[in-house]
Amino acid sequence: MQEKAFVSGYYLDDKDLVEGIRALQEKDIEIADVRTPFPVHGLDKVLKYRRSRLPRAGFVAGAFGAAIGFGFQAWVFTEAWPLNFGGKPFLSVPSFIPVTFELTVLMAAFALVFGFLISSKLGPGADNVIFDEEVTNDRFQILLEVSNGNSEQLQSELQSAGAEGVKHHDV
Amino acid sequence: MYVSPVREPLISGEKSYSKVTEDIYAPMTGKPGKLWFGGLTLALIALGFGLFSIFITVWDGIGTWGLDRTIGWGWGITNFVWWVGIGHAGTFISAILLLFRQKWRTSINRSAEAMTIFAVMCAGLFPLIHMGRLPLGFFIFPYPNTRDVWVNFNSPLLWDVFAISTYLTVSLLFWYMGLIPDIGTIRDRLKNGIQKKIYAFLSFGWTGSARHWARHESMSLILAGLAAPLVLSVHTIVSFDFATSVIPGWHTTIFPPYFVSGAVFSGFAMVLTLMIITRKAINLEDYITKAHLESMNKIIIATGSIVGIAYITELFIAWYSGVVYEQYAFVNRAFGPYWWAYWIMMTCNVITPQLFWIKKIRRSFAATFVISIFVNIGMWFERFVIIVTSLHRDFLPSSWSMYSPTWVEVGIYIGTFGLFFTLFFLFIRFFPVIAIAEVKSVLKTSSEKFIKKGK
Repeated sequence: MQEKAFVSGYYLDDKDLVEGIRALQEKDIEIADVRTPFPVHGLDKVLKYRRSRLPRAGFVAGAFGAAIGFGFQAWVFTEAWPLNFGGKPFLSVPSFIPVTFELTVLMAAFALVFGFLISSKLGPGADNVIFDEEVTNDRFQILLEVSNGNSEQLQSELQSAGAEGVKHHDV
Repeated sequence: MYVSPVREPLISGEKSYSKVTEDIYAPMTGKPGKLWFGGLTLALIALGFGLFSIFITVWDGIGTWGLDRTIGWGWGITNFVWWVGIGHAGTFISAILLLFRQKWRTSINRSAEAMTIFAVMCAGLFPLIHMGRLPLGFFIFPYPNTRDVWVNFNSPLLWDVFAISTYLTVSLLFWYMGLIPDIGTIRDRLKNGIQKKIYAFLSFGWTGSARHWARHESMSLILAGLAAPLVLSVHTIVSFDFATSVIPGWHTTIFPPYFVSGAVFSGFAMVLTLMIITRKAINLEDYITKAHLESMNKIIIATGSIVGIAYITELFIAWYSGVVYEQYAFVNRAFGPYWWAYWIMMTCNVITPQLFWIKKIRRSFAATFVISIFVNIGMWFERFVIIVTSLHRDFLPSSWSMYSPTWVEVGIYIGTFGLFFTLFFLFIRFFPVIAIAEVKSVLKTSSEKFIKKGK
């Protein structure tokens, strides 16, 4: 793996963090990552992240589940094994609804959860670098990637943006 | 941030972010107390007895139960429906209350959802045992087989298979996805060692990155949107087991909404019973406050009243229908040989929750504890009344019969308590009982510290 280096600085309040990010953005400094102990409302907009495609993945998988669920039951009762229940129609749509619904929910939920894990590269055994163990406690951290040895410069930029505990990390 | 001064704080005491971490992590550190070991031992003994009873059932056959040709569903199905009902609170709290943006949910959703998962596990056992041949349990799933037959998709019992297995899976996914940030927090509190490695593995490499949080939020919202109708569907489908039959007392259209409210009612009662003990035992009084108690009790009044109205509606419709069988079924429930079960149900489910209209009672931990136990008992009797009293007097008086459980049936029920509490004791020891990150996210709008500052 390629050697990388990062500069980190942290804030103790989410409001200060957002102000710090804005200050860095005004100077056109690219922010590699922001790490927070809890979801900070509106942070994705400040960082201009694209809207997540997870909802779409969930919808597609749900539609697939519905089609499979209904289609399979219809196939079983009209083609594979038609059973006569007191002369009722073989294709009895209302009684297929519960299983169709459950499969819709199940498939959509799987797609959402696995989509989330895969797109975030999280999962059992994932070994992501944790720069500061206090991030999951009370620190709001900004990470800047070092290029061409501009570590010193980035550190002073972070300091002027109000960050505390500015540090250099080699990965 | 603007905070309304009339809002009661949900987190009392002067809490900072790190204090929240510390408080919720504290019960996981140090040696577990005698109470914990004692409780776990008791739960394991109960579980062992349950396993022995299951063994007897499988070894000697279903004849060890008190069932006969008239009463084919006794304690087994009563307990199944009761446990599924209890399993409705957790996902209700974490999904429906998330959609309604109820902030008080953050302190109780984690443990309530754990209870949901454990209760559904207990529930699932009963139909499996009831089928008689445990190793052939997989017959309920539609898989290609040499007999060239498929399962009956027209049967509510099969819908149950799909509903309950989907519910268990989705609840488990939802619960675990909510847990990974908090497991990350625990991982970072631990110094090196095997424990840290285990939590690092379980945390799925959580970093707290803003990108991950954005996706996590969007996933949680949609999962909640999916889980909300799912919760309602599960007990609806359980009620179909009864409602689609032709037994007087079961064949009613009111069953789905009536069962769902009964489920939320009993689920909330069980969550309250356990949370009131847990908050004291592991010092979480600042996070589970009277404000939480009151909100939960309000839902108990609402769902309890729906259940009460449903009982009365059933009686009215039985009379109004003019069907003598239906009329007899209800007269027999109230004044027949099982009258005591009916009146226990009526007292515990219709009268006791109405006490929560009094503010002092719904804000008292002691009173809520007692009433929640009454509700649990009442809801168990509701299922007993629906199942046993509807079956025991058949269309033919020659096949009328009486039912009482044998020690084997009682043993299996005790065993499910053992299973539930074993898992619950392990959960409160090894996982954060309160959603740490979620509580932090409402700290600025709902904690005592910030509300005071707001003034």
